[in-house]
Amino acid sequence: MTMHALIVEDEENILLSLEFLLSEAGYTTSTAKDGADALKSLERAIPDLVLLDVMLPLIDGFEVCRRMRANPALRNTRILMLTARGRDTEVQHGMALGADAYVTKPFSTRALMAKIRELSIGDLQQNNNAT
Amino acid sequence: MIRPTFKGQRLVALFMLGCLLFNYPLLTLFASDIRIWGIPLVYVYLYVAWAALISAMALVIERRDQ
Amino acid sequence: MLTGAPIVVISFLYVGLLFAIALYGDKRANSGRSIIANPYIYTLSLAVYCTSWTFYGSVGRAATSGIGFLPIYLGPTLMAALWWYVLLKMVRISKAHRITSIADFIASRYGKSHLLGGLVTIIAVLGIVPYIALQLKAISASFSTILQYPNSLVSAAPDALPFLQDNTFYVAMLLAVFTILFGTRHLDATERHEGLVAAIAFESIVKLIAFIAVGLFVTFGMFDGFDDLFSRATAIPELNALLVQGGAAGNYTTWASLTVLSMLAIILLPRQFQVAVVENVNERHLNKAIWLFPLYLLAINIFVLPIALGGLMHFPAGTVDADTFVLTLPLSEGQTWLALLAFVGGLSASTGMVIVETIALSTMVCNDLVMPILLRLKALRLTERADLSNLLIGIRRAAIVLVLALGYVYFYLAGEAYALVSIGLISFSAVAQFAPAMLGGLFWKGGTRLGALTGLSAGFLIWLYSLLLPSFAKSGWLPITFLTQGILGIDLLKPQQLFGLQGMDEISHCLFWSMIANVGLYVGVSLWRHPTAAEHSQANLFVDVLRHVAAGSGSRFWRGSATVADLQTLLGRFIGPERANESFAAYARSQGITAVEQLTANAVLVHYVESQIAGAIGSASARDMVASVVVEEPLALEEVMAIIDEASQALAYSRQLEQKSRELEAATYELRIANQRLQELDRLKDDFISTVTHELRTPLTSIRAFSEILGDNPNLETEQRAKFLGIITRESERLTRLINQVLDLAKIESGAAEWNPSALDMREVIEEATTALSQIYKERGIRLSTDLPDGLPVVYADRDRIFQVVLNLLSNAANFCDKPESHVRVALALENTALRIDVTDNGIGISAADQNVIFEKFRQVSDDASGKPKGSGLGLAISREIVQHYKGRLWVVSALGVGSTFSFTLPLPRSKLPFLAA
Repeated sequence: MTMHALIVEDEENILLSLEFLLSEAGYTTSTAKDGADALKSLERAIPDLVLLDVMLPLIDGFEVCRRMRANPALRNTRILMLTARGRDTEVQHGMALGADAYVTKPFSTRALMAKIRELSIGDLQQNNNAT
Repeated sequence: MIRPTFKGQRLVALFMLGCLLFNYPLLTLFASDIRIWGIPLVYVYLYVAWAALISAMALVIERRDQ
Repeated sequence: MLTGAPIVVISFLYVGLLFAIALYGDKRANSGRSIIANPYIYTLSLAVYCTSWTFYGSVGRAATSGIGFLPIYLGPTLMAALWWYVLLKMVRISKAHRITSIADFIASRYGKSHLLGGLVTIIAVLGIVPYIALQLKAISASFSTILQYPNSLVSAAPDALPFLQDNTFYVAMLLAVFTILFGTRHLDATERHEGLVAAIAFESIVKLIAFIAVGLFVTFGMFDGFDDLFSRATAIPELNALLVQGGAAGNYTTWASLTVLSMLAIILLPRQFQVAVVENVNERHLNKAIWLFPLYLLAINIFVLPIALGGLMHFPAGTVDADTFVLTLPLSEGQTWLALLAFVGGLSASTGMVIVETIALSTMVCNDLVMPILLRLKALRLTERADLSNLLIGIRRAAIVLVLALGYVYFYLAGEAYALVSIGLISFSAVAQFAPAMLGGLFWKGGTRLGALTGLSAGFLIWLYSLLLPSFAKSGWLPITFLTQGILGIDLLKPQQLFGLQGMDEISHCLFWSMIANVGLYVGVSLWRHPTAAEHSQANLFVDVLRHVAAGSGSRFWRGSATVADLQTLLGRFIGPERANESFAAYARSQGITAVEQLTANAVLVHYVESQIAGAIGSASARDMVASVVVEEPLALEEVMAIIDEASQALAYSRQLEQKSRELEAATYELRIANQRLQELDRLKDDFISTVTHELRTPLTSIRAFSEILGDNPNLETEQRAKFLGIITRESERLTRLINQVLDLAKIESGAAEWNPSALDMREVIEEATTALSQIYKERGIRLSTDLPDGLPVVYADRDRIFQVVLNLLSNAANFCDKPESHVRVALALENTALRIDVTDNGIGISAADQNVIFEKFRQVSDDASGKPKGSGLGLAISREIVQHYKGRLWVVSALGVGSTFSFTLPLPRSKLPFLAA
């Protein structure tokens, strides 16, 4: 079963790099350039993972995260937040809103992929346990 | 109310002038037999000086400040 | 001739008319449309100074001592010049402290002392009684004269008729009734009687007209004008002697003493205090009164001498009392109506004085003599009585009757022996004793209660001994040896030659000694001890009243506890419960509180209540009444001094603040804006730092990510690898650019940037910029045109920087062009003393809100079409800094959907400006 990831990022180039990395890791990807776009995409299909940039135009990443967590259908979707601002408060805010992991830019690709694998193993284990 | 003290000072000056004019040392100057319209000089002097002082006071009070 | 009945009828009619005027005046006052609120009425009310002494007595005095009648009017003229300071202070203080009489004033000044108040009252009553007797005498004498002419020749002195047959007695009684009706119909907290003032002003007009009428008649009717009158008088040796101002030394002193006495009397007589201070409606009326009142005095004195001389010439010597010339001259020529007019004039003069003086005295007796005593008599339990207003009115009425009774008694016992004027001077000498305490109290903070008490007592005793008692002796009521040999036969204590001082008339003599004692003790005793706390505070409030705002700070000297209900009940007892309610409601409104229940019983309210009560019973008693309701803690002197200093500082500050409040408001507003700006700048700075961090990290993220990707995936397709490398390169460039811009901006802002000015030909600079961007413009299909005229002057600036600005504007313009027929135009022009460059595009335009924002750091217009805005957001900020460095301006004019024009100016170097007007 392939995993599906939604990448929400407004910087073109960073989006490109994330798409590459995730497809290398076996995910199918869809993208969104801002918060509103992201929410629309979530209505169409439920991804297994969302890579969520905080600094987004219109609706920011925190708000998207909050709404996602308020939606029971998205319960199982893992959220990984990205930001260039590395303040502790931001990290805590994100975690408090229900994000599963937090990565600051510029990130190490290996570290990022490691985190993603962690999250998906957890999923697999859950799936395994469920069955 | 801020009152221009200049008026007050002028009035005090008029007061002192009046004291001088209406009192004895000066009055004796006019104690002569000269008559104006038949009236002795002293009386004319006193009434005229009195009227003049009143006019001066009126002027000080009623004039607009520069 | 005239019979009694018509005269009596006319008199009653006249008094009735006065009543009508008074009632009308009160009615208008109650409806808020006061008829006395103008300076002319005020001045006329002051003319109550001119009594029958003026009307009849001046002529009498002129007939005996020539010009000697005049100083009584010159004195007030001189004092009027000083009213600017003296009377103004008195009025303002009295308004602020609700002072209702001269006794109240002096008592209040020296620490609200009951003793002083009582002493002043007693002196006033004793001193004024002869004066009232004088008026009674004048009324009855004029009545007899007009009735009995031509039989009323020599100053008829029927030896003491038994008083029931003496018409003066009835006159006194009637006057008592009139006064009670005029002045004590109700208790007014301010003690103002508008109707009375109107009636008094009317009387002043009547007496002026009457006197001048008689004067005109005598001068031009009986003689042929001044010339004729005086030359005929000169022809008679005795009269001539009268006219020539002989110069015996005694005359000098008398003249001076009379001037001084009348100067003091015009402010210290109870009736003068009443009309000038208590009844004053508006301080500004004082201004006109300062010269109008002396004018009145002048007018009423023009014909004194002519009438006197006329009378002396007309009647055989010694046959007619000169005091009656004003009546007898018209009568002798058969001018009955004129004589009646004169009679009414004289009646005006007398009744006016009696009514006002008696009211003033009764107020003093009630508030400062009787009430303090009654309040002290615990047996009466006055503090527990529910309604005191009836009691107060009763006391006032009794006082009026008492004063008039005393007046009559004096007249009966002593009046006949004296000419009118001499009696009046005795009264003047009595009230003159108030001068040191009053004037000292107004201008010298060092005056103390004890000083005032001792000075006043000493002066009074000397007056008593050297003037009042001798007047009894001269009338036969005391043994004449009292005068000739002194008390107990001690020569040095001869009443009118104390300590051997001879050669002065009795008035000057008394003035001399009493003033020495009074002033000497006042100053000496005051300096002996420091003022007490209460005296010091009152001294400050009084002496400095002109410098400070209204004195409400008296309330600071109370520390106590009370309830609002208690205070309201207390007030109700004096002015009635309904009026107390109204009063409290008005007070609450003034404090911005809607319901009386919400008032707090603080010192300010206590003071307010106290001042309201003071209007009814005097300030000294008011203090006691309030004290009975408020549990007071006594203050130590140091505390009070601290409060005073604080208060006077506060008062001074508040005055400055008042004057500057507008400026302060404006400044505060500006400060608030500046503060907001500062806070925003601070926030912006924080934002800036975090934004810079963010902006730097974004390209870094791409660079690192793709670098790692390239490194970890050696088997990428060439195409993809090239693409990724390209991204790395571009993002590196972006990063470098960003870092440069940030550093640039930081350097410019901090002033550390280097500027290399040179002579710039703007045409050249613009052309170079357009060339540099021509490729991009072509790629995007934007047409670029220029309008660069020849021959424009050069500016001195850093070429690179200005180039940077032009480049920035051009690239911005390119970024915001979206239509296929986009067009950007660059124009260069000379405008006044600067070069102006405009970059116009017809792109998407900038909204008004964004226009304010785009010049700020990292602020960009969000372009919805393309998502994220292009550029770093620093370009315009840097451009602006550069332009402003050269004292130019950079701004934008734009409309959404139409396009934008960015413009900037560069001022020309000064020396190159052609023919500037100086």
